[in-house]
Order: sequence, then structure tokens, then C-alpha cells
Amino acid sequence: MNIELIIGILNIVLISTTPLVFAGIGELVTEKSGVLNLGLEGLMLVGAVTGFITLVLTGNYFYSLFFSIISGVILSGIFAFLVLNLMTNQIATGLALTIFGIGLSAMLGKKFAGTPIDGLNPYYFIVISFLLVFLVGYFLSKTKSGLIVRAVGENHNSAYALGYNVIKIRYLTIIFGGVMSSLAGYYISICYAPMWQEGMTAGRGWIALALVVFATWKPWRLLVGAYIFGGVAIMQMNLQAIGVKLPGQFFNMMPYIATLIVLVFISSNKVRLKLSAPSCLNIPYEKNS
Amino acid sequence: MKKQSLVLVVIAAIVVIAGIFFITNQNIQKDVSDDQKKIGFIYIGPPGDHGWTYMHDVGRQYLEKELGDSVSTTYIENVPENADAVRSIRKLAESGHDLIFTTSFNYMDQTLEVASEFPDVKFEHATGFKRADNVSTYSARFYEGRTVIGHIAGKMTETNTIGYIVSFPIPEVIRGINAFYLAASKVNPDVKIKIIWVYSWYDPGKEADAANTLINQGADIIVQHTDSYAPCQAAEKAGVLAFGQASNQEAFCPNAHMTAIEDIWGPYYAAKAQAVVDGTWSSEDTWQGFKDGMVEMSPYNEKLLSSDLIAEAKAIEEGIENGTIHSFEGPIYNQAGELVVKEGEVADDGMLASMMFYVQGIDGEVPQ
Repeated sequence: MNIELIIGILNIVLISTTPLVFAGIGELVTEKSGVLNLGLEGLMLVGAVTGFITLVLTGNYFYSLFFSIISGVILSGIFAFLVLNLMTNQIATGLALTIFGIGLSAMLGKKFAGTPIDGLNPYYFIVISFLLVFLVGYFLSKTKSGLIVRAVGENHNSAYALGYNVIKIRYLTIIFGGVMSSLAGYYISICYAPMWQEGMTAGRGWIALALVVFATWKPWRLLVGAYIFGGVAIMQMNLQAIGVKLPGQFFNMMPYIATLIVLVFISSNKVRLKLSAPSCLNIPYEKNS
Repeated sequence: MKKQSLVLVVIAAIVVIAGIFFITNQNIQKDVSDDQKKIGFIYIGPPGDHGWTYMHDVGRQYLEKELGDSVSTTYIENVPENADAVRSIRKLAESGHDLIFTTSFNYMDQTLEVASEFPDVKFEHATGFKRADNVSTYSARFYEGRTVIGHIAGKMTETNTIGYIVSFPIPEVIRGINAFYLAASKVNPDVKIKIIWVYSWYDPGKEADAANTLINQGADIIVQHTDSYAPCQAAEKAGVLAFGQASNQEAFCPNAHMTAIEDIWGPYYAAKAQAVVDGTWSSEDTWQGFKDGMVEMSPYNEKLLSSDLIAEAKAIEEGIENGTIHSFEGPIYNQAGELVVKEGEVADDGMLASMMFYVQGIDGEVPQ
């Protein structure tokens, strides 16, 4: 193997892993505040299609990015209203959001499927993704606001008793997660494979969800985990192309198997679980209860 | 109390909205008079894929145009190749469809299962090999097109390395790889093909990754047997050459797209629908290529290919059409070096339909 080949491989790994980092880091913050949002796949698709349509109509990357973000704010805002104000079941609502997003994006994008566009350079987003992980890590562990978010996720009643507005904080984290998912979608339809086709995220939202558990809710581990998932997928392609025989289906399952193993591992060790998993994850908060 | 009813209203609203989108997504149209024959289609992807499903949908529209008011058509898109397919096929059968096209290989057993429950409904399964009294099979000889692009690739490659992105190890795909390699190695004995299985018909991201990986390993021509135009786009970006898949994809990669193998289903669909209208439909196996117009080559890209090469490609098309050229002419050896097609003979349809081995010269093994 020569240097150029290795740089090429690293390059492909960077490009293909970035959407997982975006969606994963957003979901990590949401889950840290105690809310499980299973709607990533739907949010990504809607973010992807809004960005794409805006770009086709206006030809302006800034507008397309802006509207993609707005779509994430609106959709995750609806999700937040449902699970926080109306206290609907988070799992069911998240699944509904995914189904809704798949249908909505397909409907919006119908006329635009197959329109050629000029893609955007992915390296901006790759750099931003690394910065984001650093900032989120810093935010959650070193700043007061970050500790408040974690407090809300660990015990919302105590946080409320201390005078923090649980609902407001969760609104913010859900919307942050939503925006990150739309960015992941935007990156896929504008940089990674510059096109719009229905369902083009092809399950990356679910892998990002698995990734958060795999990373045991730690930003740095999330970054490492994402690059392990992405790196293994690209390495197996490289080995295939060289002519090594590999069970390709197995590699497609690998992120989920790895996550299951981590789940077994952390659930078998209660202290470990307490250290990492937010205690109030998926528990609705009722004010004055 | 008030809050609870609000919750209920919101949940009901979500269910209704999600339901509406789900249904519109599936594009079920039901408003037909009794004398019309209803024709249903099951699609693996969205008609907007500009590849496999797109061409089936073009065929469906052709059928509608040709037969006019005597038929109405319905399609369900994005039907996964699992037990879910049974539900979708049964839904069409139950809603009074007279003829149902299931347009992907792995709908095979599901099609037969539903067909046994509805003996009066006719079924047409694309690219499969299992038939019944009310189940026909049909496919196009795509491999004839692969012979043409193999010839072009063999002549055009400078690195003698061709990247080939494939979906699933099924006979149709293996046959394509072999036909391509036989044609390419005939004009360029040094040619090597690198194969990546992505285990998906449709995942633009993964297809682009595979294309970039192959280009990184020195491939200067990208061939694909997956459904999106992401590989061609990746080739365009990297400045290498590519072939489109299933439909003309030149608009997406004008400086990479040399030609494409197009699937032309319309005339077949119209003929079979007409047979149902006339009451003459019977179960049969149809396998057509250049000769019957079920496979066509997209216009050759004159910016990229010399006029001599275009003339050669057209000559191969013609040769296959009039039978002087066959994609699998002996002697053909398998990887173990055994003679599978003798000199002076051509591979018969039985061998082609069940082809699960690579010919000699291709590296790697067919995944099990």
C-alpha cells in the first residue's frame, strides 16, 4: 500500500462518516437532557429535500442551508411540543416523526428528483463536524449550562426544584438535535451524493441512534465510534476491490451488532450505566408532580 | 380532562396526517369502471430513481398510452423484497387487479404465494425463473448491452483497471459481470476488473463510496449494477469514465457518461395487457434483447468516444441482433479452468439463467 492509496481511503472515510457525526452529536445532546428522539431518519430526509429544493430554485447555497435548518427547527419543534407539552410517548412520537418525514420528503421532492445540481465541497462540513464534537464535549462537561442540561436529564424533578425550567431546556436540546439531523441530511443531498432521490439517507438515521448508545453518551466516543463504523465499511470495500472474500452482509449489520454488545455490556454493570445513561431518558416530565 | 382530550385530538391528527402521507406515498389510485382491466405494478424503488424503477414506470406509462381507456394502472413503490411484498401484492390482487407485474427478482416466491391464492389473477414476475399457470416470467437480455460496454471499456481504459459496483450475487448480476469481462478481455487481454458488492440496489451514499474506493484503487472506468446515478456522478467528479445504468443518465454526468444500457419495457407491458383484455393471456417465459427492442443503448457520447469506436459498438449491437455475435461464445472456462462452453458453441439459456460462477480471468469469488 502506498501513501496515496491510504490518503484516498482516509478521504473517503471522512466524507462518508460525517453525516453520522452530525446526526449522532445532535441526538446525544437531546438524550442527555432526557428525551429520546427516534425521528432522526425523518428529520434527515426532510432536511435533505428542503436544502435540495431551495438550491434548485434559488441556486444559493446559503439559502438552501438556511431553509434546511429551518425545516429541522419546525419538525423538531413539533416533536418537542408533542412530547413535552402534551406528554405523548416519546418512542411512538419519534417513530411517527420518521414515518412522517419519509412521506413528506418524498412528496415535496417528487418534482425535483433527478434534477442535476452542483455539489458543495464536503470539507467545510467535515471540519465543522469535528469542531462541533469538541464544542459539545466542552459544553456538556465544562460549562454551567451544560451541567444544567445533564441535571435535567438525570433528574428532572430535582432540576425543577433547583429552579431550572425543564421544559424550556428540553425544547432547546430537541431543536438542537433536530437542526443537527437536518444538517446531516443537507450534507447527504448537497455534498455527499449531490442529488435528491426518495429515501436516500438509506437508514443512516438509525445507525446514528445506535451510535449514541454505542458511545455511551460521550461526545468523544461518539466521534471515535462513528469513524469505526464508517472506517470498517470503507475498509471492507477496499478489501473487496483487492479481491479478498468477505461476508458483506455481515459488515452491513456490524453497527447494530456492536451496539447490542455495548447495550449488554452497560446493562450488566449498573454502576457503568448510572455513570453514562441519562436516568430520565424517555421519562415524561410532568410539572408539579 | 381538557388536556387529555387535546392529547387525543393531536394524536388522532398525527395518525391521520401520517396515514394520508403514507397512502399518497404508495400512490394507490382506485376509480375505474367495471369493463376496464386493472393492471398493477410492484416497484422496488421510487419511480424517481432514474434507473431500474424509473424505466418500469416509463413502461407503465407507455402501456396506459397505448391501451387508453381499456385499462387503468396502479403502482405501489418502495416495496421491500421480504414478507412485506406479499402484503402489497395481495393488496393489488384483492382490489380487483387483473394483471400484476412484480418488477424485482426477489419478489419471486412472494409472487407465487399470492398467485396460488388468486388463480383468476394473472401475474408477471420480472427476472425470475419460477412460473405457474397464472404466473409468467419476463426479463431483458441486459447482458447483451454489457457485451457492448465491455468492448468500449476494454478499448478506453488506460490503467487497465475497471471498477464494477454490484448489488446482490444473483444470476442476472453475475451474468452481466461475465459478459462484460469476456468482451473487455477480448479486446484488451490485460484488463482487470475490481468488484465491490454493496448489498443494496439503492443507496446513493454507499454507491458513491464504492465508486470512490475503486477510483482510488486505480480504476479509470466505473461500471455499475445498482440503481442510482451516484457512481456516475462520482466518476464525473473524479474525472474518470462511466456507464449509466438502466436509463440514460447523461444529464447527471455529461463528461463521464459514455453510454448506458436502457431497459425498454413498454411494448412488452402493452402486449401482455392487451392479451389480458383480449382474454388470450397465457403463462410463458419471455427473454428478449436487442433484437426485440427490450434492450437499447443510449446515444454514444461523441465527446468521449471516437467515431471508430462508436461504429464498432454499433456493429456489435447489430451482430447480436442478427445472431452473428453472441455474448457467451466458446471457448469459455470457469475460474477453476474447466471448459464450460465448447469452442464453436454458445452458452444456452439454461446455463445463462442459473449462472453463478465467474469466468476465467476474474479475480475473487462469487459471494455465497
